[in-house]
Amino acid sequence: MDQKKPVISIRDLCFSYDGRAILEDVFLTIYRKDSVCIVGPNGGGKSTLVKLIIGLLSPVQGEIKVFGKTPQLSRLKVGYVPQYVNYDPLFPITVRDVVRMGRLGGSILGHYSREDNRIALEALEEMGLANHSSRRFSSLSGGQRQRVLIARALASGGDILILDEPTANIDPYAEEHLFEILSDLNKRFTILLVTHDVGFASHFFKRVVCVNKRVVIHPTSALTGELISEMYGPDLHLIRHDHHCSLEDHTHD
Amino acid sequence: MIITAPWRIIRMTEFLDALADPHLPFLRYALIAGILASISFGIIGTLVVVRRISSIAGAIAHCVLGGIGAGLYLEQVVGVGWASPVQGAIIVALGAAVILTLIKHFGSQREDTVIGALWAVGMAVGLLFMARTPGYTDPMSYLFGNILLLSKSDVYLVLLLDLLVVTVVVLFYNKLLALCFDEEYAFLRGVPTGWYYFVLLCLTALTVVLLIRVVGVVMVIALLTLPAAIAGNVAAGIKQMMLLAILICMAFITIGLGISYNLDLPSGPVIIVLSGIVYLLVLGVLQIVPVRSSR
Repeated sequence: MDQKKPVISIRDLCFSYDGRAILEDVFLTIYRKDSVCIVGPNGGGKSTLVKLIIGLLSPVQGEIKVFGKTPQLSRLKVGYVPQYVNYDPLFPITVRDVVRMGRLGGSILGHYSREDNRIALEALEEMGLANHSSRRFSSLSGGQRQRVLIARALASGGDILILDEPTANIDPYAEEHLFEILSDLNKRFTILLVTHDVGFASHFFKRVVCVNKRVVIHPTSALTGELISEMYGPDLHLIRHDHHCSLEDHTHD
Repeated sequence: MIITAPWRIIRMTEFLDALADPHLPFLRYALIAGILASISFGIIGTLVVVRRISSIAGAIAHCVLGGIGAGLYLEQVVGVGWASPVQGAIIVALGAAVILTLIKHFGSQREDTVIGALWAVGMAVGLLFMARTPGYTDPMSYLFGNILLLSKSDVYLVLLLDLLVVTVVVLFYNKLLALCFDEEYAFLRGVPTGWYYFVLLCLTALTVVLLIRVVGVVMVIALLTLPAAIAGNVAAGIKQMMLLAILICMAFITIGLGISYNLDLPSGPVIIVLSGIVYLLVLGVLQIVPVRSSR
């Protein structure tokens, strides 16, 4: 794997906000078709790391290259899947229109071509939701909405998929289904998944990236209980809850 | 919905006669302007509701009074030939849109604090200007609307705004939709969301200025958002919601004007109370028969 070309390389990165260091001395290289799980306690800097990779934030020090360019320039090659719970449940929008949003950015006016519509429909088909395309987004179940957002990222035509807490607020069955989908997609895409839930981390991922101000990378096999408590330190009691979390555990930084 | 008892039918025909009466041109202008303006209200109202910026629309509406006051003062006291309340209103509304956009993107202040400040200070400035403008300036007609203020030139102004709103929204529909649904994602897809947000606020500002002629500063938000909110409960998508909001808004203005003429009540409050009652009824019906998810 290491001989492959890196798609994301982060060197000597620091990020601080209001004088408070959030990330320090981060070195991280992600290769083609890697599958990486980003774990760490809430407030540990996971979301910040992702926002730096997708170019919503800029590093205070150090550099990030995505496909050899700055994240801002490579933006269109990254498929980002935000949490579905962030969306207004009353928003009247069809599934088709959500997925087509992945095709924005090509033209000045942003009108969708026949090609765009075809790609969007194919992405929906791949997620098994083609016959839901004219339904209202908010009428779908949590797992389905998550898949619609993955379809949107697929339609955008990138090579990397970045998923932010996709397992939050979906039922165990949907979670299992999600990982079936992801292992399938991993044949074509580099996958980065953020979670504060270490429980399932070991099954699917090739590597685990632990983020708690500093970043430590482990092969999945090395993720032992000892390592986890070392990484989380005194915060351990904060995250050691049952697999299904209550709502207040989902406030993210 | 009011044509239930025979005596009301007679009154509706009275309203229709009044519309045809050559001595009552203001009623015709009010109805034509109101129906045409519903196009902008429905479209912009929908975007304001789904983007959740009705408090921002409210702030723009209220601080527009400052522009109206300044326009009146410059026109009548200082004697500036080109000044007028409408021009003052448009300039201040666009200025407020600039400030609110800058605050959102670069400001260190809390957005809602700025909204509150613009809201109240704009009104205060307007009332001070009006206090220093002698003669027939009545703040009430600006605060609560007065169809007597509507003239033929307002109809042209409304047409112009409709044209602008429809053109911009049709051309940039997908990007505006993305901005409202998921601004962060739209930004990641290379959409300059800051600019689109500014465009949205400017269109909102212009729409609000026209709305003030019909229902006045204080009640603008209700007529901008209630038709869209009603439509949003049943529409599957934004386009449907816009069309439905336009039709609902047209109905509110037409029926409201009819009732206000018949009962000799101020038109603005009648239109708003009608909108509020229908909104509550729709919410009540939806509680009993949920049609939220289309299929």
